[in-house]
Parts: sequence; structure tokens; C-alpha cells
Amino acid sequence: MTTAPSVPTLRVENLQTHFPTRDGIIRAVDGVSFEVNAGEILGLVGESGSGKSITGFSILGLLDPPGHVAGGSVLFKGEDIVAAAPQRLRQLRGARIAMIFQDPMMTLNPVLRVDTQMIEAVRAHNKVSESAARDRAIETLRAVGIAAPEERLKSYPHQFSGGMRQRVAIAIALLNKPDLIIADEPTTALDVTIQGQILYEMRKLCRETGTALIWITHDLSVVAGLADRVMVMYAGRIVETGSVAEVLEQPRHPYTIGLIGSVPGGTARGHKLFQIPGMAPPPLNLPPGCRFKNRCGFADAACDTMPEMAELSPAHWARCHHPRPAQLAANLAEGGVA
Amino acid sequence: MLVFIIRRLLQSALVVAVMSVLVFVGIYLIGDPLAILASPEASEIDREEIARALGLDRPLWEQYMTFIGSAFVGEFGKSFVFGQPAMGLILERMPATLELAITATLMAFFIGVPLGVYAGLRHESAGAQAIMAGSILGFSLPNFWVGLMLIMIFAVQLGWMPASGRGPTTEVFGLQLSIFSAKGWHHILLPAITLALSKCALIIRLARATAREVMLMDYVKFARAKGLSERRVIGVHILKNIMVPVATVTGLELGALIAFAVITETIFSWPGMGKLLIDSITQLDRPVIVAYLIVVVFMLVAINLVVDILYSVLDPRVRLGGAQ
Repeated sequence: MTTAPSVPTLRVENLQTHFPTRDGIIRAVDGVSFEVNAGEILGLVGESGSGKSITGFSILGLLDPPGHVAGGSVLFKGEDIVAAAPQRLRQLRGARIAMIFQDPMMTLNPVLRVDTQMIEAVRAHNKVSESAARDRAIETLRAVGIAAPEERLKSYPHQFSGGMRQRVAIAIALLNKPDLIIADEPTTALDVTIQGQILYEMRKLCRETGTALIWITHDLSVVAGLADRVMVMYAGRIVETGSVAEVLEQPRHPYTIGLIGSVPGGTARGHKLFQIPGMAPPPLNLPPGCRFKNRCGFADAACDTMPEMAELSPAHWARCHHPRPAQLAANLAEGGVA
Repeated sequence: MLVFIIRRLLQSALVVAVMSVLVFVGIYLIGDPLAILASPEASEIDREEIARALGLDRPLWEQYMTFIGSAFVGEFGKSFVFGQPAMGLILERMPATLELAITATLMAFFIGVPLGVYAGLRHESAGAQAIMAGSILGFSLPNFWVGLMLIMIFAVQLGWMPASGRGPTTEVFGLQLSIFSAKGWHHILLPAITLALSKCALIIRLARATAREVMLMDYVKFARAKGLSERRVIGVHILKNIMVPVATVTGLELGALIAFAVITETIFSWPGMGKLLIDSITQLDRPVIVAYLIVVVFMLVAINLVVDILYSVLDPRVRLGGAQ
């Protein structure tokens, strides 16, 4: 571990990311705060449009214009990187904070050989010779389970399968031994056996190197097998956070309960699959108060004011006026939210 | 690769065969070369003599078969007007056209790509808007008008540049080229700019459109996430992807310039192939026209071939298939 225990690897405070549009400002991330410590794996869960990916891009300063961080701070080992100069941000990106993207078919440049793309990543941050950088690339490719890395380096991305490409992308993220990796649904596009292998290897690498990992996903089963802590986002806000065991087994927020209930498999054959009624609110027209109230069976007048995050049990927080009693998710899914 | 090249050459031979028939028939329909070649006072006997000497007294299909027969041994007939081998006349003028077309294309490429990439990456800036407005002008101004205006301003009013002709030539690898002397540059600049203008506009628009597409790709974001400098992201990751379509179009445009720089060559009295073609058409000098078109077809095929090979170099996903 490289950091003193008092300073978390990453501390995000009241992050606000806005996308100004002709019809108004989209508050894609609206007051998100969390911490990740060295060696810890944080699962960031939410459905499409909940702001989970935008949170990841905001941390690295990689938002597509006109998106921008409108408020809050991102402290990487105590250093505010929202306010940092572009040059400083460039030094951190890929070296101290790395990112893995969702679609392995799109993340590698199709017209550049893999060695070019790996060596440039090493040499962007280290004054080393090309052959030293190549050795580092070979070693890292081998670590992520690519056979005959010397030959594979000379290939172009299209000569790799999807799973292999994602391994290359992961290897690129690992090249400079970062302190933090942000992984944005990196296994969504892969088949389940490859996904399992990659999850296993990522977990091992984080444990061995003390790298903090933020794993963004919509897949609760991935979080269950990988993460230490989980954070559930809904419409730009965190609605529940806690240890994986607690949140997944004893969810307190009606949205989390609905999300867990929606995982197929818990329902007996022939029964209708559970789904959360309604749709996520349109980002330009968020309801006042709790953003989940229109879809929530427990909503009442109190829900017209935005609930604050409350610690319901040690280190288990939820943003709800009517948190459900702690009981097993399996029982909850029956009656569900409605 | 070899199969690919051979197949291309066979295709081009077919194109040449079809084209030669069309030219033969076409010129036959337009008019009688004799009417131009023989003086109005010539007697009927004189006319028949000229016709016999040129082979014009025989039926068209026979003339064509004679042409094909000699074309196979590299004889493309003698010019009716000059009495010299037609191919020789064309090859003599080819270096002038080639250097003009290549100079214009290089100008268009090296000005167009940076401007286009800039306009794509900073598409909301005032500079980008100005570039795009300028490119519309470059597109829509007719070539001959631009040429005349350049002559008016830089040759007549300011007197900086010569209005016509080609500078002194030096022999380079057996070709008579003028671009190796300052005086030659003096002469080539105005016609080259005239030709480059619309090509440059085309390349700007293409480079801009591709840049805007490529800059949103995940791999560009990933390159930034690796912490690469902006220079490397743009200069390598974005530019190399832009080059694929831009190189293709530039190659094809070069072919078009070589074949059809006719108007500009006429305005600037550039002693190239285009001017020869126009003169030959007005005089119905069939052997020269046919030989010219054969040269142009082969040149276009050759350029296409180079573009295709370049394409496979620039984009590793492209494989030149001989089989399918």
C-alpha cells in the first residue's frame, strides 16, 4: 500500500456534472460523494442514464463537451484534480489513474499495432527506452493471461477476439501500475466465461498491488462476486451504499430492492419476472424531492422533499424517508416495492 | 497481391478496348477529318489521295482493325495534323501536365488536411467557421474564372507572376521538368493554385467530416485516458484514421487532374496534354485523341492501384484479396 491510511486514494465530494443543452441543464451527476481506499473494490451500480459512467469520466476529466464538472471536488490522494491544470491531469491519467472502457471493440485504435499503443502509454509517463517499454508491455500482457505476448504485440487490434482485446485494454491500464483503476462496464460486451476469468484476474491484481478499483456496472451479479463495497446510483444521485454483503442481502432503499428483485433467476418458472414499475425520470425534468417517488410503492407526502443520506446501520447508508426494515432480499422480492 | 494487380491490369485492358471503339465511332459521327485537313481549294483527286494516305478511304471497321493490329505492337498511328507518332506527341507533353497536377495535388493536400482537421476538432471556433465558408467559395468558383482572376491580379495588375507558359526545364531522370528552377516555380504557381483551389476545398471538407467522426470514437478517449499528449492524440491517433479516406480521395483527384486539367492548361497556355487534346479535337486528329485516352485510362488505373495499395497500408483491416 502506498498511501497513509488516513488519506483515501480517491475522495469525491459533492460532485456535480452538468451538460448544458438547448432545453436546459442536464444534471447527470448531482451531488455524489464517496471514497475509495487503496486495495478496495467499489462497485458502482445503476441503470442506463443513472450517471454512473459520467461519474467515472468526471473523475478523469474526460467528459465530452459541453459536459463539465460544475461543482464539488475530486481529491486524488488529497490533491484536488478538478481544479488541476490540464498538464497535471495528463500526468495522472494512465499513470496514477487508469480507465478501462466498456466496448473492447472500440477502445483500441484500429490502425495502430498493439505494441505502438502499449509502448506509447509507457513512454508518455516514463523516460525509458523503447525496448524497456516493450519489455514492460510483454510482461503486463502475460500478467493478464495473453499467451505468446511477444508475437501478439505485433498484431493489430482486429486480429484479436473481443475478450482478448479487453485483456489488452486492461493490460494498458495496468502498464504504469496505477493507484486507481476506473472500469466502466468492461465485461458487459463479453461472454460469461470470459467475464468470469477477467473478474477473477482483476480481483487478484488489486489484492496483490493494492490498487483501488471502481467497477461501474449495471450487473448486480458482477458486483456480488467482485466488490467490497457497493454504491447504487439513481438519476444522478447515490441512493444506497454499504458493504456488498449488506446492500445485496439486506437492501433498505426501495430502488435497490427493486433492482435486486429484477435479477432473473429468483423467480419460479412460469411466474412473471419482476420489474420496477414506470421509467426513470427524464433528466431535464427531475421531480422535486425523492427522484424515485413516482415508481415507489411507499411514497407519500414526505417524499416531496429530497431525503438526505442516513446511516441505517454501521457503514450502510440510504437516501430514503421510508427505508425498508432490514430483512433478507429473497423475502422482499416477493412483495417487492409495490 | 500479385493476383490483385494482374486482375486490375486485365480490367483496364478491357476498359481501353471499349473506349477505343467509342472514340472511333464518336469521331466518325462528329465529322470528316478530311474537311479540315485538306484545303478548301484541293481537288477531288487531292482529297482522295490524302484519304488514302491516312487510311480514311476504307470502311470504319477496317480502319479500327488496322488500328488494333498496330496498337498491339505499340504503334498508335501518326497524327493526321503533325504527321508524327501520336503517342510520342503525348508523352512529350506529359511531364508538363504531370508536374502541374502533382504540384496542385500536393498543395491541396498539405493545405487542406491541416485546415480540415483544425475545422473538425474546433468546429465551433470562428476560425473553423471561416475555413468552412472559404471552402464553399473554393468549391463553387469556376476554375476558369479563378484562373483569369489570378492572371488579372498577379500578372496584369501586380506584375509578380508571368501570365502564361512554362518555365525553363531541366532533365531529371529523362523527364523535362520545370519545378527545379525558381523561374519554373514562378510559372507553375498560378495554374497550380487554380487547380488546387477546388481540390483543397474538397479535402478540407472531407478531413473535417472525418475528424469530427473520429474524435468521438472511444479509442480517442482511451488514448487521452492513457495520458498521451494532445499532440500525439491528434497527430497519431486521429490523423492516421483520417488519412484512410483522405488518401483515397486525394489519389482519385490526382487522376482527375492529370486527365482533365484541360481548361486550366488552356487559360495559362501550359504546354501539357490537355491543351494538345483540345487542339486535336478541334482538328479531328483521331490518332492523338485515341492515344491520349489510352494514356489517361492507364494512368487512372495505375493511380487507383496505388491508392488501393496505400489503403491497405493505412488501414490494416483491409486486405487486398485476389480470390473472392
